[in-house]
Amino acid sequence: MNQDTTKLSRRNFFKAGTVLASGVAIASALTPYDGLLFAAESPGAKGKWYGIGIDINKCIGCGKCANACKQENNVPKDPFYFRSWVEQYTIKNDGSILVESPSGGVNGFTQSVPDNEIYKSFFVPKMCNHCAKSPCTQVCPVGATFETEEGIVLVDEKYCIGCRYCVQACPYGCRYIHPEKGTADKCTLCFHRLKHGLQPACFEICPTEARIFGDLNDPGSKLNYFLKNHNCMVVKPHLNTGSKLFYNALSPEVR
Amino acid sequence: MEDHLQNLYEVLSKVEGYVYPNEIELNWSILIVLYPYITGLVAGAFILASLERIFKIKVLKPTYGIALLTAFSFMLVATMPLVSHLGKPLRAYEIMITPHSSSAMAIFGFVYLWYLMVVLFLEIWFDYRRDMVIWGNESKGVKRFLYKLLSLWTTDISPKAVALDDRIGYIVTVIGIPSAFLLHGYVGFIFGSIKANPWWSTVLMPVIFLFSAMVSGIALVMLIYIVLTKVRKQLIDMECLDTIAKYLFYILVIDFALEGLDQIHRIYVAEESFEALHKLVFGKLFYTLFIYQGLLGTVVPLLTLGTLQFYKPKASIRKIIYIILPVLVLMGIFFMRWNVVIGGQLFSKSFYGYTTFKTGLIGMEGYLMAATWLIIPFLILSFLLWLLPPWNKIETSHE
Repeated sequence: MNQDTTKLSRRNFFKAGTVLASGVAIASALTPYDGLLFAAESPGAKGKWYGIGIDINKCIGCGKCANACKQENNVPKDPFYFRSWVEQYTIKNDGSILVESPSGGVNGFTQSVPDNEIYKSFFVPKMCNHCAKSPCTQVCPVGATFETEEGIVLVDEKYCIGCRYCVQACPYGCRYIHPEKGTADKCTLCFHRLKHGLQPACFEICPTEARIFGDLNDPGSKLNYFLKNHNCMVVKPHLNTGSKLFYNALSPEVR
Repeated sequence: MEDHLQNLYEVLSKVEGYVYPNEIELNWSILIVLYPYITGLVAGAFILASLERIFKIKVLKPTYGIALLTAFSFMLVATMPLVSHLGKPLRAYEIMITPHSSSAMAIFGFVYLWYLMVVLFLEIWFDYRRDMVIWGNESKGVKRFLYKLLSLWTTDISPKAVALDDRIGYIVTVIGIPSAFLLHGYVGFIFGSIKANPWWSTVLMPVIFLFSAMVSGIALVMLIYIVLTKVRKQLIDMECLDTIAKYLFYILVIDFALEGLDQIHRIYVAEESFEALHKLVFGKLFYTLFIYQGLLGTVVPLLTLGTLQFYKPKASIRKIIYIILPVLVLMGIFFMRWNVVIGGQLFSKSFYGYTTFKTGLIGMEGYLMAATWLIIPFLILSFLLWLLPPWNKIETSHE
C-alpha cells in the first residue's frame, strides 16, 4: 500500500513511452496532415465551408466580374469603391513590373505597353479572401464584422460604427466605407444569392470559368477538385490570415 | 458627399504607381492624428505631476497643479476627434456596451473612463477638496454654489480629514502611473498590432508612443507654466524649469533611441516592404519626418537640452530657450503622430504605389475641425485655472 506509485522504473518508463508514442502515431494517422489547405483550416463543422478558386491562366481580363459585382450589390459606381476588381500585371523585358486597374477593370483593359517590350502579362481578379482568421473581424471594436458558420465574412451595417479600423486591418484592400451609409462595406460572396442556391454574381458571369466557387468541406466539390489538380497559392501567406481565396498560377509579383 | 467625391477624383489623378482601388481614399485623416497627440499630452502631463507627488521631486511643485489640470482638460476632449470622425457618430456608445473582446480598439472606452474618472478626476478632487470647501465659504453667488457642488457639500477640513485626502490622493497617483502608461501604450498598440501595415506593425510602437507622449506632455506643461507665470506677472521659478528641462532631456534621449532603434531595425532586416517604405520616407514624408519631426522636433531640442546639462547660460537666455524648445518639441511630436497615421496610409499594401493626403479647411475631417479640438482643451484649462487656481491653494507638503 505504501509503495510509491509515482516512482519511474526503467521498465515503466519504456512502457509509458511506448504507449505515448503509439498514441501519437495513431492520432496522427486519424487526422492526416492536410497539405491542400495549408493556409486555411476548417473549423471542423459538418456544414458547408465556402472557399474560392481563381485560375489566373484562364482570366482574360474582360472585367465582367467586377462590373457584375457593382450592379448586383449596388456598389457605388465611382472608382474608389470595389468589392471585386481585376488587376493587370505586365512584366516588361527589362524586369520592371507595371500594375494597372483602370476603374477596377469594370470596362475591361487595354495594354498600355507595346508588345515588343512585354515579357509576360496576366490578369488577377481580386476580392475578399474570406479569411478563416480574418484580421478585419479581429479588430472590429463592436463585433459588427463577423464570420458566418459557412466561412463568409460579413458586416452588419446596422451595427457598424464606421471607425474604419477594419479597412486598415485588411491586408488585401478589400474594404471601403460606403460613402452614403457611412459604414464598412465588402464582398458578401453574394450571400443573398447563395441562400437561393445561386452562385455569387462574379462567378456566374465569368465567361471562361476562371472563378471556381465551392464547399471546402465537400471532398467532391468543384473547388476541391480544382485545388487538387493545380498548384494553388494564396496572396500574402506570411500574414497567416487563413485566406480561402486560392489562385492557380499565382506569380510572386502579385501582392 | 459631392465635395468628398470631387476630392477623391483629385487624389486619383495624383496617385503614383498602383494602389488597390479602395486605398485611394485615406481612411484615417487629421482627426486621427490628433487622437494619439491629445492622449499623449494627457499621459505626459500626468506623469510630470506624478514626479512631484510620488517621486517627491519638490522643485517641480509650481507645475504640479497646472500639470494635473492640463491633463484633465485635454482628457475631456481626447475622444472627440475619434467620435467626430466616425461614419456613424451616434453609434459611438456601442463600443462601450458591446465591446468585441478580440479588438484592440474595443477596450479604449474603458481605458479612457478608468483614466478620466478613477485617476484624474479623483486625484484632482482629493487634492482640491479642502481648498474648495474654504473657497466655497469665502465666495458668493454662482461661484459659491459651484464650489459647494464640486466639493459635494463636504465641510470637514480637520487635519485628520485632510491627511486622509492626501493619503487617498497618493494612492490614486500610484495607480495613476501604470494607468498613464497603459493609456498611451495602448494607443500605440492600436497601430502596432495591425499586421497588414508594415509601417505600423512593430512591437516597439506602444513604447515609442509612451515615451513620445511623455515628451510632449512635459513640453506642454513647461510652456503653459511659463505663459501663465508671465500672464500673472509672477517670477518664473528657474530651478523648476531647469529640472523639467532635465527630465525632458532624459526622456527625449530614450524616445530618440527607441525611434532610432525602430528605424535601424527596419533598415537592417529590410523586409518585403522596405523599398516601398524607403521611397515613402524620402518622398512624401521627407519634410514631416526628417525636417519637422527629426531635425527641428528632436535633434535641435536634444542638442540644446544636452548642452544645458553642463553649460548654463544666464536666466534670461534660458527663459527664451525654454519657450522655444517646448514649441519645437510639441511640433515634432505632432508630426511624429502625422508620420505614423498619415504616413502609414500613403503607400499601398501592394507596395506598388502611393496615394496622396488631401483635406480641406472645412468639413468633418477638415483643418478647422482639427483646430477646434486643439483649442477647446485650452478653453477648458482657462476655466479650470480660474475656478481652481493652483497658486491660491493652501500649501500642502504631499507627504
